[in-house]
Amino acid sequence: MAKLVYNELLKMFRKKRFLVVVLILAVLIPIFTYAQYITVQNTVKQIGTSDWKAILQQQIVDRENQLTSSRVPDEWKKWTRLTIAQEKYYLKNNINPTAPGAPTFVRKFVEEAVALFLPLIVVILAADLVSSEYANGTIKVLLTRPVPRWKVLLSKYLALILSISLMMLITGLLSYLLSGIIFGYKGWDLPVLTGFIQQGNQLITSQVHLVPQWKYIILSFGLAWFSALAVGTISFMVSVLVRNTATSMGVMLAAVISGSLLSQLAPTWQSLRYFVFINLRLTDYLAGKPVLISGMSLPFSLAMLSIWSIIAIIIAFVVFSKRDVLN
Amino acid sequence: MEPVLAVEHLSKKIGARTIVNDVSFHVNPGEIFGFLGPNGAGKTTTIRMLVGLIKPTSGSVSIGGYNLQTHFLEAIKQVGCIVENPELYPYLTGRENLEHFARMMQDVDANRIDEVVQLVELDKRIDETVKTYSLGMRQRLGIAQALLGNPQLLILDEPTNGLDPAGIRELRAFIRKLAQEQSISIFISSHILYEIQLLCDRVAIISQGKVLKTAPVAQLVGEESKVEWSLQPLSAAIHQLTDLPYIRNVEQLGKERVMVHMPVEKIAETNQLLLSSDIQVNAIRPMNQTLEDIFLEMTGGEGIG
Repeated sequence: MAKLVYNELLKMFRKKRFLVVVLILAVLIPIFTYAQYITVQNTVKQIGTSDWKAILQQQIVDRENQLTSSRVPDEWKKWTRLTIAQEKYYLKNNINPTAPGAPTFVRKFVEEAVALFLPLIVVILAADLVSSEYANGTIKVLLTRPVPRWKVLLSKYLALILSISLMMLITGLLSYLLSGIIFGYKGWDLPVLTGFIQQGNQLITSQVHLVPQWKYIILSFGLAWFSALAVGTISFMVSVLVRNTATSMGVMLAAVISGSLLSQLAPTWQSLRYFVFINLRLTDYLAGKPVLISGMSLPFSLAMLSIWSIIAIIIAFVVFSKRDVLN
Repeated sequence: MEPVLAVEHLSKKIGARTIVNDVSFHVNPGEIFGFLGPNGAGKTTTIRMLVGLIKPTSGSVSIGGYNLQTHFLEAIKQVGCIVENPELYPYLTGRENLEHFARMMQDVDANRIDEVVQLVELDKRIDETVKTYSLGMRQRLGIAQALLGNPQLLILDEPTNGLDPAGIRELRAFIRKLAQEQSISIFISSHILYEIQLLCDRVAIISQGKVLKTAPVAQLVGEESKVEWSLQPLSAAIHQLTDLPYIRNVEQLGKERVMVHMPVEKIAETNQLLLSSDIQVNAIRPMNQTLEDIFLEMTGGEGIG
């Protein structure tokens, strides 16, 4: 089995699929970094002073005043206290929160990339994994070896899982290394707020707490990896079904992009949450961003992604091992 | 002697169409077996069933005594094949392609790879990517790939397609060498009769999904021949000839010439018979019949190629 997986990885590398992915990342990450840098510059300009310590000090005083007010609900008070703790940490450790360093960029980048950018890259990796063998005709050589068909397909799937994992790692490393040139490489210990729970239309903050940024980044990447695997698995099934690389890529791009568009266009259409590509933004649950379609939560989305993936993998294996090779 | 390849009552239906209809034949050890038929006769579908790419609707395929449907791995281990074009990964080098497929088999090491590369005479270009190869070189790499696992049976589907005359001659010599020196059985499909006639020991003729005849090539070509007779008087002679049981297709060509199908060894006998009936025999011209004639006759003049 290891030999078969090696074969598949070899083909993937020699087809320069990985090179394409790394190049895309190497071009886009500096652009995102620059965009972030411009935003930071604008903030400084608006405030009118570059002495961020003074600004932060003022913010903390403001918040402490809010806490003494009786009109503020208790939930808000807890949030405010945590925010104060966060800001005090910045002051004490001499961290400018508006220009916070490469780890923060990595965290924000993966939060933004999880819904569209990472899925597109996964599609590049997965879409022609099986269909290209049909297009080349090499499937006929591959399936006339003394190896059962399910093993051939499994080796391809394992190679896909490995390459998606490697791709996530490269994304993390590149975004850290490249953004650090501008933002500096510090900030792993920065406290980040998490533990939000969405219930109905309310954001419940009772579980909210601070975690060091490195922990938060590991969690985000884990969730983004899970999303990417689901996209990869479904893409893999499409690749088995269509036998043509262009069609396979087209179908997947359309599906991923419509998932991303629909969630913004039709948030009141509740059944949409059962569509797999609506559920890709797993990191939003971590960050406490408002959920667009009600009824969605981290366990719900994880379940949706898992169910769709399992169905896809079953279809892929059944079709691949039964189908006559006619082309 | 147990056949290397035994095909029994093989049929394939796709939708309502019967593409292969009750095909049976055997390939014996060390034999070069031709599979002859026009394009669309069901050759490729049959070959794909022989190597497990298509599941038959009914019938069975046994390779080296193993049933392909029930013991796929044991059966397919004994086969090397090229189905249609020699399809390999263009972005890998020749050697990487061979290593790739070697990893899918047991007991194929670097030495064996060198061996087959030598055998197909690709050693000079083996470390270049396949996309730089000519069709002839791809064909040879395809054969190297098929030979990797020391197969007992080599299946080649239209191996000369797209090759130039020199390439075809080279390939033919190579196939003969394989059969003689390595005692591999070879199954070759082709729509080019001449090729099969030059190369094969036995041939199965397939048309519209059915095997019309399986016989040694020498027998098929030799057993019956067209013979042209110049006779006088012709009408009496034709009457006489038509009555003979071994003569078929009596065809009048001119005022005193007639063409018949008959075994060559019966010419003397027929001559005597005609003479004894007071028919003047002016000339006897046996025409050497080719597989092509036989084929056209069997398929009722269906186009070839």
